[in-house]
Amino acid sequence: MSRWLADCCACRSATSGSGYHSFRAIARVNVDDGPHWEKSTVHYDTVIIGAGMSGLSAGVRLAYYEKNVCILERHTTIGGLNSFYRLRKRNYDVGLHAVTNYAEPGSKGGPLSKLLRQLRMKWEDFDLRPQLHSSIAFPDCTLRFTNDFAYLLEQVAMAFPKQIDGFNRLVRTIADHDALNLDKRQATSARQVLSEHISDPLLIDMLFCPLMFYGSATPRDMDFSQFVIMFKSIFHEGFGRPFDGIRMILKKLVRHFKALGGHLKLRAGVSEIVQRGGKAKAVVLDDGTEITTDNVLSSAGAAETMRLVDPTRPMVRPKAGDISFVESISVLDCEPASLGHHDTIVFYNDADSFHYERPNEPVDLRSGIICSPNNFDYSRPLEDGRMRITALAEPDYWIDLPEEEYQQRKMEWNDRIIESALKHIPDFRSHVIDTDVFSPRTIRRFTGHLNGCVYGAPEKFANGQTPVGNLYLCGTDQGFLGIVGAMLSGITIANRYLLK
Amino acid sequence: MTGVEIRQAVLEILERIAPDEDLSDLDDAVAFREQMELDSMDFLDIVMELRKGYRVQIPEEDYHNLNTMQSTVDYLTPKMKDVPVAG
Ligand SMILES: Cc1cc2nc3c(=O)[nH]c(=O)nc-3n(C[C@H](O)[C@H](O)[C@H](O)COP(=O)(O)OP(=O)(O)OC[C@H]3O[C@@H](n4cnc5c(N)ncnc54)[C@H](O)[C@@H]3O)c2cc1C
Repeated sequence: MSRWLADCCACRSATSGSGYHSFRAIARVNVDDGPHWEKSTVHYDTVIIGAGMSGLSAGVRLAYYEKNVCILERHTTIGGLNSFYRLRKRNYDVGLHAVTNYAEPGSKGGPLSKLLRQLRMKWEDFDLRPQLHSSIAFPDCTLRFTNDFAYLLEQVAMAFPKQIDGFNRLVRTIADHDALNLDKRQATSARQVLSEHISDPLLIDMLFCPLMFYGSATPRDMDFSQFVIMFKSIFHEGFGRPFDGIRMILKKLVRHFKALGGHLKLRAGVSEIVQRGGKAKAVVLDDGTEITTDNVLSSAGAAETMRLVDPTRPMVRPKAGDISFVESISVLDCEPASLGHHDTIVFYNDADSFHYERPNEPVDLRSGIICSPNNFDYSRPLEDGRMRITALAEPDYWIDLPEEEYQQRKMEWNDRIIESALKHIPDFRSHVIDTDVFSPRTIRRFTGHLNGCVYGAPEKFANGQTPVGNLYLCGTDQGFLGIVGAMLSGITIANRYLLK
Repeated sequence: MTGVEIRQAVLEILERIAPDEDLSDLDDAVAFREQMELDSMDFLDIVMELRKGYRVQIPEEDYHNLNTMQSTVDYLTPKMKDVPVAG
């Protein structure tokens, strides 16, 4: 509760009859009647801020049950952190390395089948193909894994014979842990739990490496519930990818949403959530349009959303996160496999221990993720070869760079990132035919997430509630991360509060 | 709607919610949960599909009546006797 304290006070004073906010509320009544103020005539049951994975999924649920729902997206396209674009006649995915929580089509139970059921979508709509194999590469030790958990068990037993009993105990602890309970979440250090079972710090670091890279909003340690969610989604369930990338899933979601009667407005940024008496009444768009609604569901982030409620006060809390990445995307004139590279994803670390935190330099070259979208079990080759290499980045450096220097620095660091990854993959540089690089600055520009932060605030709001009665959070800051996580987050919060 | 028609309506809802389940030999006397993978999210969906399709309201304290196909049909019969067959 205490993390909302600053905001609660702000809300209360905003409605106490004095102060800037209530003055604005009165002013609005006058402006409403004025000639310049465009007021939307439609009133919605729910307005959703953001057409990313979580917002779209929530929208589908609400529209399916005949709620009058509108998704508002500031950007010119859908997808948010997991969008897609075209550059120099080629298709790119913004965020997709792999969809976690892989399951064979038709399997029951598990997050993927759950979300397909909830969205009334079919396995073919996602068209996921499984990974080949991935690895965690540390100095002098490599663990390989596939979508078959038994293989990882063998790998651990082989590389860490003294630790395997402890590892098995950890696996049982994970199986017994109810990570999805939204109400009784206690913060428990995953490092603490792991150290009760495993004594070799190398194995601990190697387990953390992929789980942190793909889903930790907190530096150095994870909440144990989040560790369990990521462990299951990566090691137990594994990776898959649609042949056509994320665009296919997104387009199917939007088509479904619209067919159910949902409204989607692009280039419709929300600049304010109008609230009176602790209840959200309407949202105001960047162009001044006001849209009234019974409920607001926001995927913009906790700090970002509370700014919309009370833009006049800099929010003390909740704090935005600052874990962000630079990614180098190389287009090749051949498949990575033809150069001898068959891994789907390599999580690497070259330092004595693994450091997952905001780096001091522009990019932390000691560790990273190498993803080859070609290396999934496809029946035909992708259009071109790709290598995506991702590393931790210092947000302020990238966001503050002057425009004329930015392009040059991006290319400089692109070369350095590739060079440091070459310890783990064949040298593909003579095959590169195009390059794109994104940084925390890109992420902030296209998603509005402060600091270009990928996994949101370090503190999550699992039950989706805010100090404003009918304003709820979904997505990144509710706490279910990644593509599947974000979709489940939208579904869960919509079910819980907005279908009544 | 008659009991038989209500059973058919519930079956169609289950097919929509859980398309991967084989419902051809569903035993009406055995709990749904014992015959198919249904979690609380799915049960909520049965309630909401009934509301959407047939305008029947089921208060939360009555959810336990949706345990088996037989108990569901018994519970719904008086509530849906005046509901016309959809379509
Ligand atoms: C580089 C990168 C790689 C990734 N790789 C993977 C991966 O391989 N596998 C995986 O599972 N996950 C991956 N992720 C994570 C995954 O993409 C995210 O967890 C997920 O997409 C988050 O969805 P969301 O709906 O919570 O948030 P977002 O996608 O951020 O959606 C929020 C939306 O709200 C919009 N918005 C914000 N403010 C406003 C406003 N005021 N008015 C209107 N609209 C607004 C934004 O434009 C955005 O579209 C990756 C992320 C990144 C950045």
